[in-house]
Amino acid sequence: MSEDANIIEKPSRDDIVSLVKAEFGDKVTFTESTKKNIRAINEGRRLFMKADREVIYDLCKYLHDKLNFEHASAVTGVDWVDHMQVVYHITNYLTSMVVEITVDVPNDDLHVPSVALIWEGANWHERETYELFGIVFDGHPKLERLLTPKSYEFYPFRKSYKLRGQE
Amino acid sequence: MAYESILNFIVNRGTDAIVAMSPYDVFNLPYTIGVKIWESLGGLIAWLINLIFPNNGVSDWLISDPVTNGFAIILMVVVIFAVGFVFCLLMLWEERKVLGRMMDRRGTMIGLKGFMQCLGDGLKTFMKENVVPKAIDKKIYWWAVALVIGTSVLLACMVPLSNRWFIVDYQAGLLIIFALFALAPFLILCAGWSQNNKYSLIGGLRAAELMISYEIPMLILLAGTVLMAGSFNINDIVAYQDTHMWFVIPQVIGFFTCIVCAVAESERVPFDLSEAEAELVEGWQTEYAGMKWGLIMLGDYFRGYVACALVVFMYLGGWAFPVIGGTDWYQMYLPEIVFLLKVALVFFIFVLARAALPRVRTDQILNIGWKALMPLSVINLAIVILLKVTGVM
Amino acid sequence: MAEEKMKADRMWVTMGPQHPFSHGLWTLRVEVDGEIITDAEPEVGYLHRGWEKECENRTYAKIIPMADRLCYSASMTWSHLFCKVAEEALDIEVPERAQYLRVVADEICRIQSHLMWLAAVGTDVGNLTIFLWALREREFILDLNVRLCGQRLTTNYPRIGGVRNDMPYYFERDCMRAIERFEKSLWDIIKLTDESSIFVGRMKGIGYITRKDVANYGITGPAMRGCGVDYDIRRDDPYDAYGEMDFEVPVLKEGDAYSRYMIRIEEMFQSCEIIRQAMKKLESIPKTAPYRLKVPKCIPEGTHMARIEDPRGEGLMYLVSDGSESPYRLKVRSPVFVNVSASKHMVEGVRIADIPAIMAMIDMCLGETDR
Repeated sequence: MSEDANIIEKPSRDDIVSLVKAEFGDKVTFTESTKKNIRAINEGRRLFMKADREVIYDLCKYLHDKLNFEHASAVTGVDWVDHMQVVYHITNYLTSMVVEITVDVPNDDLHVPSVALIWEGANWHERETYELFGIVFDGHPKLERLLTPKSYEFYPFRKSYKLRGQE
Repeated sequence: MAYESILNFIVNRGTDAIVAMSPYDVFNLPYTIGVKIWESLGGLIAWLINLIFPNNGVSDWLISDPVTNGFAIILMVVVIFAVGFVFCLLMLWEERKVLGRMMDRRGTMIGLKGFMQCLGDGLKTFMKENVVPKAIDKKIYWWAVALVIGTSVLLACMVPLSNRWFIVDYQAGLLIIFALFALAPFLILCAGWSQNNKYSLIGGLRAAELMISYEIPMLILLAGTVLMAGSFNINDIVAYQDTHMWFVIPQVIGFFTCIVCAVAESERVPFDLSEAEAELVEGWQTEYAGMKWGLIMLGDYFRGYVACALVVFMYLGGWAFPVIGGTDWYQMYLPEIVFLLKVALVFFIFVLARAALPRVRTDQILNIGWKALMPLSVINLAIVILLKVTGVM
Repeated sequence: MAEEKMKADRMWVTMGPQHPFSHGLWTLRVEVDGEIITDAEPEVGYLHRGWEKECENRTYAKIIPMADRLCYSASMTWSHLFCKVAEEALDIEVPERAQYLRVVADEICRIQSHLMWLAAVGTDVGNLTIFLWALREREFILDLNVRLCGQRLTTNYPRIGGVRNDMPYYFERDCMRAIERFEKSLWDIIKLTDESSIFVGRMKGIGYITRKDVANYGITGPAMRGCGVDYDIRRDDPYDAYGEMDFEVPVLKEGDAYSRYMIRIEEMFQSCEIIRQAMKKLESIPKTAPYRLKVPKCIPEGTHMARIEDPRGEGLMYLVSDGSESPYRLKVRSPVFVNVSASKHMVEGVRIADIPAIMAMIDMCLGETDR
């Protein structure tokens, strides 16, 4: 909703795929959902991407600035034991398109560029992911523990942290 | 001879002797009650002493005029306070019941249609632990709250219920009440400051902020009433309204303005900024626990009672009543009751406002005070002057 | 130097975690200059119980009642959302009857949640009558919950693949009566709020958010629609039977607390409309039609996402399943969690007395915020 003339306010699914492919090449890959029934209900309002860590900030900025994805629904961490994953859900208000971007993060270098400067709404999601998984978001304005006490030195949502019943 | 006093009490119901003895130059009912109580109580003691030690000096001294007078004055004060106190409890009960009905619930339910709940709550606060925070300014903390409660009770006792029920009959009676009323915000500010608590500090400052918005219109309204009646004396004002008409008719603008001011004056719900519980927890009362808080609440109701009484004095003819007001039996039995009923009626309007209105904001109360109440009270004063100059009233 | 002196005049007031305005355990630290707020900082986490981690230890069926406990007053939508994400994973569509029943249950939940909010608004602006009247009306709506699900608040009604039970006898009649009564009595409450100039004066002109900021801060739900974003997941990304419902999404452009208030009031009327339509549709579906599918215990491997319009905003669940009978990871996107992060932006420059009024429009629910 900005005055920028380049903005595409209602990008269709195909628009996004072609534009993102043209901009980022093979750094971003698209996956298709295998669920037939659900796809019929959603009518192409879902798009699944897998992006490299290096381009995630640029990709998000491109989605926000050019393709009118105004709303960051969620930023999530997933612990796959051998590596971590950060999942972004980003929404366009006009087309109801939800883009799911998956970024793999190796265990020995848990750093991802922060998108909190693009969407202020991602701020607390990133803080939460940081405190629960230990993934560091570079460039985040205030990366501190939010839900857990500041004295915690472990990351409770990692798979290595066992609950009492799991041991 | 002492037991003759009891006999005297039963047989001789004349009041001439009492008036002659009393410090008042007119008949004063509470004083008379005090005398009667002492006649029976002191007479009983004197009679008992006389039985054991016949013909001693103490019995005679106990029933001598100066002693009777002294004890009667003490008992009179107790009587006046007790009536005010019980009426405040009744107002509390009225508020709880009326508010309950308006909110679609029952209000208090315990004893005498819920009246005993007031006493129960009073007892409860007395039994609570007396929590005093550590880092407070002890002297001001205690003195401020004591003075807030003290001035409230003093105010309630200053209110005459009729021309025969009063403590003092000042020429400047109305002015004294206003002066004592205006003392509270200063004390609340001190109390809020002394508690070393940010909520209570803000609450105290708000009390001061609130005061400058309602006090000036209130005084201008007072000028209207006083100009019309030609006296500051409450007795005279009521007598004037009785002989002419209730001031609510010529000063109807002033009446409604005065009700708003009175609600603000007693710091009740639409204007209870200094104890706004949604944002300031309990405002300036935050650190006053247990009995102190209970007494502050009681003091609030005393102030509410006085605020209602002011409206009744200034606009609703005090204890006077048209048509039947002049009859003997009215003068004999009813003036105090009629006055208290009028107070309860005005208080009912207060309760209505509490049920219907949300709390105003600090800048809104200033707006209301300076942009609405102030011009209205000046218009009211202008009307009064016009009526006075043209000689209508 | 002058700035330092000005700073010294200010003080930090910690509102919460136990404070009348907070409606739960959270803290809003505000820096005040006299009465004006110059800075604010929300602090949450007092209720963090590791809900998502707990779910990794439970089977899918056991998570449904847990999802109820995410928010006491919007329990239906949360368990519905969990069932939706599980159905997405199983790639099934629930039977038609169950879809409509879910819609009815959701809207009942929305009405009672909004009534709880209205009650809280009453106490926040200092009028207890609004509080009690709204709670009185809420009881009649909760009675519908009792009839339909057997519970007042934590209903445990949706199931993966449908709903737990069909409507009880005469539920249509009771529902219609309750809705009609509610629509009438809501006007009574509106008389206390909208027609009171003090209430309107308290609400108008505070807590402004622009259209751009509301999207940027990720604020969703009625708070977003009060700022001019015309978006409702029920209409724009329909789930279950919402696609066939004909209802209006109230949108206002003002962006202050009063417009957010108006949106919620209007939503309650729209919910009544949706319940009416769904009930009408339910009449045409034979009573013998299935209301629940049989589903496997384990959910196939993959990542799944579902969205729903919670009474407070956008609810999103992201499920990672590894083929076992409990989730590998379950992420909950709570609307209030994001909305409250924007509270600094909303309260700056207003007075202390406005904080309860502005925060009431977020409709705090700490169960889902802290999870």
